[in-house]
Parts: sequence; structure tokens; C-alpha cells
Amino acid sequence: MRGAKSAKWVAGAIVVALAATACGGNGDGEGKSKGSGPAGYVSIDVGEPQKPLIPADTNETLGSYVIQSLFTQLLDFDAKGNIVYTNAESVTSDDSKTWTVKLKKGWKFHNGEEVTSKSYIDAWNWYANIKNNQQNSFWFQDIKGYDDVHPEKGEPKADKMSGLKAVDDHTFTIELKYTMPYFNYKLGYTTWAPLPKVFYDDPKAFGQKPVGNGPYTFEKWEHKKLIQVKAWDDYQGPNKAKNKGVLFKNYTTVEAAYKDLVSGNLDMIRQVGPTDLPKYKQDLGDGAIDQPYAALQTLTPAFYSKTFKDIDPKVLQGLSMAIDRDTITKTVLNNTRTPAKGFTPPGVKGYQNLDTDVFTYNPAKAKKLIQEGGGVPGNKFTIQYNTDGGHKEWVTAVCESIRKATGVDCVGDPKPDFATDLEARDNDQVKGMYRGGWVADYPVNANFMKELYHTTAEANNGRFSNKEIDGLMNKADNAKSLDASVKAFQEVEKKLVDYMPAIPLWYYRINGGHGKNVGNVNVDFHGDLEVWGATTK
Amino acid sequence: MGRYVARRLLQMIPVFIGSTLLIFCMMYALPGDPVRAMMGDQAYDPAVVASIKKELGLDQPLLQQYVNYMTGLLQGDFGTQIASQRPIKDVILDAFPVTIRLTLFAFIFVSLVGIGLGIVAGLRPDTLRDRGLLTLTLFLVSMPSFVLGFLLQYQFAFKWQVTTPTVTDSTDFSQLMLPAIVLASLSLAYVARLTRTSIAENLRSDYMRTAVAKGLPRRRVIGVHLMRNSLIPVVTFLGIEVGNLMTGAIVTEGIFNVRGIGLEIYDALSRREGATVVGIASLMVLIYLAASLIVDLLYAVLDPRIRYA
Repeated sequence: MRGAKSAKWVAGAIVVALAATACGGNGDGEGKSKGSGPAGYVSIDVGEPQKPLIPADTNETLGSYVIQSLFTQLLDFDAKGNIVYTNAESVTSDDSKTWTVKLKKGWKFHNGEEVTSKSYIDAWNWYANIKNNQQNSFWFQDIKGYDDVHPEKGEPKADKMSGLKAVDDHTFTIELKYTMPYFNYKLGYTTWAPLPKVFYDDPKAFGQKPVGNGPYTFEKWEHKKLIQVKAWDDYQGPNKAKNKGVLFKNYTTVEAAYKDLVSGNLDMIRQVGPTDLPKYKQDLGDGAIDQPYAALQTLTPAFYSKTFKDIDPKVLQGLSMAIDRDTITKTVLNNTRTPAKGFTPPGVKGYQNLDTDVFTYNPAKAKKLIQEGGGVPGNKFTIQYNTDGGHKEWVTAVCESIRKATGVDCVGDPKPDFATDLEARDNDQVKGMYRGGWVADYPVNANFMKELYHTTAEANNGRFSNKEIDGLMNKADNAKSLDASVKAFQEVEKKLVDYMPAIPLWYYRINGGHGKNVGNVNVDFHGDLEVWGATTK
Repeated sequence: MGRYVARRLLQMIPVFIGSTLLIFCMMYALPGDPVRAMMGDQAYDPAVVASIKKELGLDQPLLQQYVNYMTGLLQGDFGTQIASQRPIKDVILDAFPVTIRLTLFAFIFVSLVGIGLGIVAGLRPDTLRDRGLLTLTLFLVSMPSFVLGFLLQYQFAFKWQVTTPTVTDSTDFSQLMLPAIVLASLSLAYVARLTRTSIAENLRSDYMRTAVAKGLPRRRVIGVHLMRNSLIPVVTFLGIEVGNLMTGAIVTEGIFNVRGIGLEIYDALSRREGATVVGIASLMVLIYLAASLIVDLLYAVLDPRIRYA
């Protein structure tokens, strides 16, 4: 019987298939990750970091969370944006050009190696070297000798930046290419973390199993599932862990994470998804977190586009006044944003109350200003955004608001995802305006202006260029002291209102929460939950 | 028979090469640069982008990249992910067992319950239980899977607390139960309806009357004569469905937090991780090919008139 014979074949094939999957199943069984983890540990929804865990190669939020728990740089900031020294005893400068760093004594890496000047200097030289392809390497560009290790093209000429000199084991100096009164603020970014000697033996392996000097030691990383770190008893910094460890758990969606938070399988959540926003305060009670942080969303005109080439700033001021920020943040955005009143968000040094009505809804004046400025060419413009980030709703609302108030037609220009959106911005293919966003790298107002609107700024994708503004910013960078520089940048911000390099929309708020099993969950200046401070009950 | 299988297996090679090339070209044609996208919104350094691309060979022309990829693949090297720098083989090996477990669970559920319900209804067409089944399946077909997903999650995990809302351990079959049922529900409805129609149809055929007239016991009439003939369309459907269950699970995987191949390929797509997409997609092509081969072989088992030489 032929039928019976072929049945054997099929049965055989199925047995093989089943056996193969069974093997896979067994292999996976070792790394079981149960609900809330070991006792005293707290868990948070932090997904798979994009890149290996090397401080200078991580700039996205998820990786930063883990890096921050494992590494401590020279200094950090409190919620108001003031400097708190962590690994450094002091960072000082007389001329804003040469900075002297004194390290605290007795600090060690998790493997027992002492943290010295060399740990910092060697790490920074490695980070900055173009050969090592570190994403944040440009952060070191202010240091003298950076161009030797990181030329724009070709091989590096040196492997050390001449601006870094060790004085003794716990003192070193940083010489900059130019004066920069707020350079010490830059040092608060995790990119400036030191590295132990073992790193250089095998950076690749280190990225999977890092050894840092931070409040937690690395335990394990089950890819796409979980990263587990354990509190380090010998840590001496002010941000010593108040729990026994942290589980960074990966969730496929914010909704799934929220469900786990409500049912007690998760302790902290960074952001509540749009579907759960209307009821999360009711669900979480005291656990709900709703706080502003230093980030700004803007509409940025592309100054090379047909529509906005040589546009009269009055038109942009008019468009700004045609946006009903209060209503949109309350309704469409569910109070997850605060209407913007300037180019700098609260929580950064130099935040000021601009004496202007450009950011207030006023349809009559908006119409008048647009007319005075000669109108929008074609009476129509587009707003480019990426559809995978939940921006469609507010872009539509903003357009509606502008259309109603001024009669200028405004339509969304959706790009399917963030990658496509960025490509259009980089290649100067934005047709009208684009959705811009900026989170503070360091809490000083310069960060929100110099990096965005200076002619040479890398993130200036609107290609705004104004000699007067450039000159003012350069002067502010040359100021003698931080206070003077902040003041000078405040003047720049006032001037920006006249030129409108972007239309500020709103400041971000964090809408997260924590479960009943933990307490003391605070938010830092760039909107991250401070996991080290969370206590278990 | 053996020759037939060998020929089919050989045919898979050009199909495999063709489909990988197609997917490769499509990934290449998509706008958006993966290395640039990795840098995100904030400032970045174009020199680093160029240097990384050079290192990964992403600055070479398309065909050269494809040749490099295929040479690697022949040596069992799926390549390396751009951002995480993990070998793609590891990424696939992490996600695949999860998906296979979920699919297998859903597939068994579909086959047993679907065919079972179909038989029960099909043997007594136009009775109350038949109508009941038709209504139930209509309900399942028209219900989007995320609605069903959230509904079951709410009922079972929050109201009755019989299971965890999300999957925390993908080796635990009791946790996989809910997602598997949601995943299976749509195909379950199709299978039940197909079986029911096919059985109701064949009940009236000549060979059935002959079999009953011969005085064969009822169990043999239904189990052998009726079932074998009626299951051919169902098996065809199930064969194709294996692939659908594997890749089409993105919504369900999202709701229940299952890190399977569906989400993996979605992530890779949005990050333009070309090599990962091509790797997973090629594997899926292979699975589809294998499934259709098994289906064709099963035809011979079910219908003795079909012969393969």
C-alpha cells in the first residue's frame, strides 16, 4: 500500500520536527525569569538596550538606564539642575579653558581596581578615537587634540588627546580648544564614565558583561528579556542603592507593561501608554508619577524649502500664535505636555519667563502678523512627522488650529517610521516644517540653543543660519563665568523670538508610575526614574 | 516517492535564492539608513556613521553586499546586527523556540478543536448544534484578534486571576495557553467551517451510500471513508496556516509580551536591520516550503488515488 508507506515518511518528518523544537525548549529552560525576581529587588520596564553596554556608545534611554546603574561619572545633577559631585571631589577652572578635576580617593571598580586619573584619561581617549566607532565620540570634541584622534576623514594621527594630563593618581587637567564656561555641566553625561583596565583586553566581551564603578554590579543579561544588576555594598557615592538590586525587564508594548504593573508583577513603569492614560491616576493612586522634565517639542521650519525660504519671521510668529497649545495639551495629549513659553524648558539653568505673547493663542493677532509678513507662500505648508511615534493626533490638531485661526492650509506629511523621517531631515528633503524634539543633555540653557540653532550645529536640520545669533552665541561661549554665559544665552533666547528658528510647542512631562511594593521613586532632570532610590516595602 | 521528495527538495534551492534576493533588494530600496537611524534625534557625528558603515560593508553596491551575505550564509554565518552587534544567529535562536512553542500549541489546538467541532456539526447539518457552531465561528472570524486578546486577558488574568496577564516565562506552557488560544481562534473558525462544509457535502456522496449499504460499521464509514476524503481541503489550509501562525502573531505577541519571531522581524524592519530581516524571512520561506511539501505528501495518505512517482 503506497498510502501507508508515505504515511511513515510524514510521521518521521513530524517526529524530527518535534524533537528539534523540544531541544530548543530545554536549552531555554535554564534562564528562567519569574515574576518579581529575588527578594528586595525592584523591577522596571526597561527594554533591550540597542547597543552593547559601553558608556560612550549608548545614547538612547533604555541603554542609559542600565549604564547609569553600572557606572558613575564625575558629577551628576539634582532635580533642579544643580551639580552634585559623585566621583569627583571638585571640577574647577579659572579661565573656563583649562579644567582641573580632583577625584575622591578610595573609589574602586567592581573588580577591585582603583579608580584613578588614568581610568578616566585612557577611557576618554579610547571613546574619542574614530577607530572605535563610538556613537558619542563627538562629546569629546571640545578637548584639545580631539581632531588628532578623530579626524573628519582618514586615519587618526594620534591615540591620545593632548588636552588630557594626569597630575597625580587623583588629579588631572582637561585643556579645551576654546573657552566653555559650562563645560563641567557636560561632564554629567554618562558618556564621561571611566573604564577599568580589563575593558581594553576585549571591549566586545565587556559590552556584554560590563564592570563599572557605579551603585550596582552587573549580574546577567538575558537578551530581549531581562538585565539584572545587584546593589554594590562598597559603593561610596551619594546615589548608593537603597534596594538590593534592579531587574530591567523588556516588554513588547507599554500596555503589556502597564498590565503587569497593575497586577503586581512589575514595580515601576517609565511611561503609561495612551490607552491607559485617562485612568492611570485612579489605578495607581499614590503610585502615579506626573512630572515635567527638561525636554521640548517644536515645529521646525526647513529654511531651505520653497515655503520657508527667506520667510519673514513675522509669519512664523503668526503661525505660533495660531496654535491653541492649552487646548491641545489638555485634550489630544491628555496633559502629558505643558504648553511652551520659550525655547528653554523649566528645570535647566537659565530658564526665564520671556516677556512676549508669541506663544499665546491669539487668532486675530496671528492673522494680522501673517498678513504683515507677506503670508505663507501658496497659503499652504506641511508638517513632517513619523507615524510610529504617536504624533499623528497632535499634528492633526495643530494643523486644524492653524487653519481655523488663520486660513493657512496645513497638512501632515507622514513618514512611515523614524528612520525615514530622519533621512529626509538629514538630506534637506523636508518640504515645510518638521517635528523636532530635544531632551536636555545637560541642564544649561546653552544646550537648547547652541546645539540647535547655531549655523554649524549638527542637529540644526532646519538649516537656520543667522550671523547675529551665531555671533551672540559665540560671545556667550566666551563668557568668563558660567553665570555670565547663562545670562548671555538668556539674551540669545530673547533674540530668538525675533527670528523664530523654530516654533516651540510644549515641554514634556513624564507620566509613569510605581506599584504598591515600592516607594521613594523620583524623577531626574531628563525624565528618567531614579531606580537607585526606590525602596521596597 | 523518494525521488519525488528529492526533486521537491532540489526545487527549494532556486526558490530560496530568488526569495532572499528579492527581500534583500526590497530592504535596500527602503528609505532610511540603519546606522544613521541608530543615532536618533540628538546630535551625532557623520564621521562615525561613515566609519561604521565601512566596517560593516554597508557602503558597497547592492549586489556585492548580497554576494557577501550569501557567502556568509553558506558558511552558517547569518551576519551581525548593526546596533546590538550580536550575531544574528543568536538573535534568531533566542526568538525561534518561543515562536515554535507558541505555534505548535496553537496549531494543535486548531487541529484538534477545529476539526472536532467541524465533525460534530457537519454530521448533523442544519440542526441546532450546527447553527450554533456557525454562529460561534462567525463571531470568531469577525472579531479582531486584539479585541479577543484584551478581552481574554482581562477576564482570565484580572477578573478570575487564573493566569498571569503577560508571559514572563515562555517555557511555561500554562502561561502560553492564553496567547495560543487567541492566536488560534481565527484559524480555528476557518478550520471548523471547512471541515463542517466538506463533511456535510461528502455525507451525500455515492461512496458513502455504498459503504453504508455494504453494512460497514458506522465508525469505519465515518472514520475512514468520510474523514479521509473530507480532510483534504482542511489539510491544505492547515499547511499554509503554520506559516501564518508563526509570522502573523505580532499583535498577539505584543499583547501578551511574547518575544517571538514576529516581533523580532518587526523590530528589525523598523530599524532597517537588513540582514536580520533577510535571515528571518528566508527561514520563513524554508518553513513554508517544508510545510507545503508535507501537505502534498499528506494528500497521498488521505487519498489513495493520488500517487507521486
